[in-house]
Amino acid sequence: MSLKVLVGCKRVIDYAVKIRVRPDKLGVVTDGIKHSMNPFDEIAIEEAVRLKEKNIVKEVIAVSCGPTQAQETIRTALAMGADRGIHVEVPAKEMEKLEPLHVSKILAKLAEKEQAELVIVGKQAIDDDTNATAQMTAGILNWPQATFASKIEKKDDFLEVIREIDGGLETIKVKLPAVVSADLRLNEPRYATLPNIMKAKKKKIEKMKPADLGVDTTPHFEVIEVTDPPAREAGIKVEDVDTLLLKLKEVGRI
Amino acid sequence: MLRWQPVKFVLGHPSRGKVIFGHPGIGRAMLGHQESHIAALGVTRGFSTTTQDSCTSPQVQEARDDGPAQQPTTLKPTHQPFVKNLFLGKFDKKMLTFPEVLDRDQHELLHEMIAPIERFFIEKVDGAKIDKEASIPPETLQGLKELGLYGQQIPEEYGGLGLGATEYARIAEILALDGSIAVTLAAHQAIGLKGILITGNQEQKKKYLPRLACGEWTAAFCLTEPSSGSDAASIQSRATLSKDGKTWLLNGSKIWISNGGSADLLTVFAKTPEVQPNGEVKDKVTAFIVERGFGGVSSSTPEDKMGIRGSNTCEIHFENTPVPIENVLGEIGGGFKVAMNILNSGRFSMGSSGAGIMKKMIGWSMEHAVTRKQFGHHLSEFALIKEKFARMSVAVYAMESMAYITAGVLDSHKNADCSVEAAIVKVFSSESVWHWGSECLQILGGMGYMKPYPFERYLRDARVLLIFEGTNEILRLFIALSGLQHAGIELQSLIKKLRNPLMNPGFILGKSIERLRHQKDNPKLDLDLAGYIHPSLKLGADSLEYCVKRLQYSVEVVLARHGLKVAEPENQLELARLADCAIDIYGMTAVLSRASRSYCIGIRNSAHETHVGVWKMARRGEVISTTITTTPYHHHYHPYHHHYHPQPPSLPPSTSNKGRLRHVRMSNCVPWASRRVWYGRFPSGCSTDRMKTRVPLYLQFYLHIVLPSAHFRSRVKDSSTVVYKLIFATGCYCCF
Repeated sequence: MSLKVLVGCKRVIDYAVKIRVRPDKLGVVTDGIKHSMNPFDEIAIEEAVRLKEKNIVKEVIAVSCGPTQAQETIRTALAMGADRGIHVEVPAKEMEKLEPLHVSKILAKLAEKEQAELVIVGKQAIDDDTNATAQMTAGILNWPQATFASKIEKKDDFLEVIREIDGGLETIKVKLPAVVSADLRLNEPRYATLPNIMKAKKKKIEKMKPADLGVDTTPHFEVIEVTDPPAREAGIKVEDVDTLLLKLKEVGRI
Repeated sequence: MLRWQPVKFVLGHPSRGKVIFGHPGIGRAMLGHQESHIAALGVTRGFSTTTQDSCTSPQVQEARDDGPAQQPTTLKPTHQPFVKNLFLGKFDKKMLTFPEVLDRDQHELLHEMIAPIERFFIEKVDGAKIDKEASIPPETLQGLKELGLYGQQIPEEYGGLGLGATEYARIAEILALDGSIAVTLAAHQAIGLKGILITGNQEQKKKYLPRLACGEWTAAFCLTEPSSGSDAASIQSRATLSKDGKTWLLNGSKIWISNGGSADLLTVFAKTPEVQPNGEVKDKVTAFIVERGFGGVSSSTPEDKMGIRGSNTCEIHFENTPVPIENVLGEIGGGFKVAMNILNSGRFSMGSSGAGIMKKMIGWSMEHAVTRKQFGHHLSEFALIKEKFARMSVAVYAMESMAYITAGVLDSHKNADCSVEAAIVKVFSSESVWHWGSECLQILGGMGYMKPYPFERYLRDARVLLIFEGTNEILRLFIALSGLQHAGIELQSLIKKLRNPLMNPGFILGKSIERLRHQKDNPKLDLDLAGYIHPSLKLGADSLEYCVKRLQYSVEVVLARHGLKVAEPENQLELARLADCAIDIYGMTAVLSRASRSYCIGIRNSAHETHVGVWKMARRGEVISTTITTTPYHHHYHPYHHHYHPQPPSLPPSTSNKGRLRHVRMSNCVPWASRRVWYGRFPSGCSTDRMKTRVPLYLQFYLHIVLPSAHFRSRVKDSSTVVYKLIFATGCYCCF
């Protein structure tokens, strides 16, 4: 099969880190904090590599947008089994304001450029939780999309994907080329072994700027305030539903 | 057990009065014989800790976002043994420039490698379960093998990762998260297969390394026997050559062998008869590579241990095990040197693994201290708790600095002799981890004592660090005697000159003046160490110089006092003191070097590092000066006892009033500081004289260094950060 897969991976603050709001309340502290690949993107890379091992796809290309440190993320992807990487350089300041729309335009352009037939991304990034990139990319490319995938199977020239939706599981057929977004239970990502990390050193990472792809990264919206969620307070137990309704009316919730 | 120190000391050794240094043939007096001079030099080389074959010159830095300050150093041809020269008062100033070994790419690669290992340990390693069931689950071992951790130092051509000392030390920091796993891996590669790596020939490497690198086979190191622990030269396992001369038949039993139950490849040490030139037949130790498949190898059930319970430790018996002659490691009869080289080359990583586990424990204790409230205050506001954290951090900083400076030297020089430095790192780290681990448990109080929390497990695991790989007592003797032996050779010529005063008048005069100054505890500081580091660390450098000079003087005193008999059992107290001084001096050097580098390349928090460094200098300097000046009849105190107060000795008067003189002299330097600090704190009417004798020396240093600095003064006033609160609080605590 001559399928090429484009996998998007984002460098985010590590999931185990306790985040703190910046003093200027416009974001969180990222200086000196541990960053790693978005966990959903790891699942996406793992799926792409497994497809490659099953000979369903020929080449896995890992893409990341971000400052220089994003290269570490790409290297992790290469160590997990991707063949080459593309680093779209976005300075750190701009990166804070980079929106899913910009990223999807970049991914779309790259998919066309590389003639990839499958784009897999994580369903959402753990820092902004927008859950929009996969959908927007599909829209821009006018490709079918299979989001929240928990199982992917290739059948002839389409993919059979089981999606996790609110009501349960939905099985759909998606014709290639398509965009898929990975959910938690799609697979368990492998650990990048040390020998693979050393081999990944030799794999190529291409560098380019959003401007090279003709994508304009001016932000469309502005963050006004970022605050901690209110501290959790104790709850009260009520005897029956009537008292519950009374209490809710008191607090003004209904 | 895992490892031990096979230096043949005069502990019950029949030939008294000889400093036998690992090589049976070298047993000669230190001062005197010509042959000993040459032979001892040979021994020094034989002790060299050889670097690995495909060394990629690495060096690690703690902070992720800083690169190396300069280009990596190319492999230098020779490196003078640093600590051994300290005993002569020779300070290799190159050590004050922290070795830069990793270039940008290697640095990045190292940090990439660390991430998956850390994740693996957090997600897949259940330390409590391993401890409870006293075994490591096979899936975990498989995971470690797949990660590539079984062949860290094996060259890439044999399937390993080809990491150098620094990278290995950095990874050891993470592996320390679980003691059993750390010991299993170390037993496999740091000693089990290290013999093949450094002494094996091409065929042996090609045959065994690939399988060991991927973890198909596990290795073990078999030296200890029921009657031979520290005294390794007295092992009783024997290997006899078969009639056709093609096989050795191995007989004997070994105890406390880590990985003994599961190892397929064993590095076994046994005695073989050797015909001496004079026709006599002597037993010498030879190293063999033994495969379990050779037959006749049996292992007992695993031992039930206090800590590192997941690591497999058992007895191994050899019954007429046939070993082909191709499997002799090194030369026949040269096994002792092989054992020494193996042990010396892996020892330094205990510093970084100790630091790794301490950092984790400090993190947990710190979290507890800032959240737990008692008496309306967070624990972190209490001075006693702050003191613990302050000293702990200093100890960890020192451990890291020493481990990585040693690793850096090993990586940047060919065949560097770091045997004494590695021993120093091991002694300091093991004792620090044991002591400060216990303090971390203490901070948590009752909770620290409970099984659901990891502290008691880490403490139990850490206890073995003081025992294996050479007990700390043996290593102290090794440090002292190595240094004394090295010094003795040089001092030979000095003694000759001393005995010929008329022929060497200038020298005698100089020496007498020097002696006089030492008697007054005021050595001339002519090393100019301050010129080699950042100016803000000047006081620390001066303190270090003072300590080096005092050590040199003590060495001369000790050698003059005991001469050949310095290695006798009853003189071990003095040797241990010299060793403690050497340990502290090495620690001070490493800390100074690293703090200077941090400042120079502008690492974040470098100012804090400088404070830490200087504080440590002050403290250790004070300890050293007292170590040296107290009389030999004073009981041996523990230098790490943190409530230590230097009192002048009250026992039979020694040849000088060093203790009392010292206090008065130092306080003469800083009377203004004493006045400045205790505004209102001391009871009125207190004379400065009383302060002089009451106030510990290290506090005076601290005040002299810390308070005058404007930078610091402002911070103290604006005591908003915990760190400065901490140091200030410590100062106040010490006042009372």
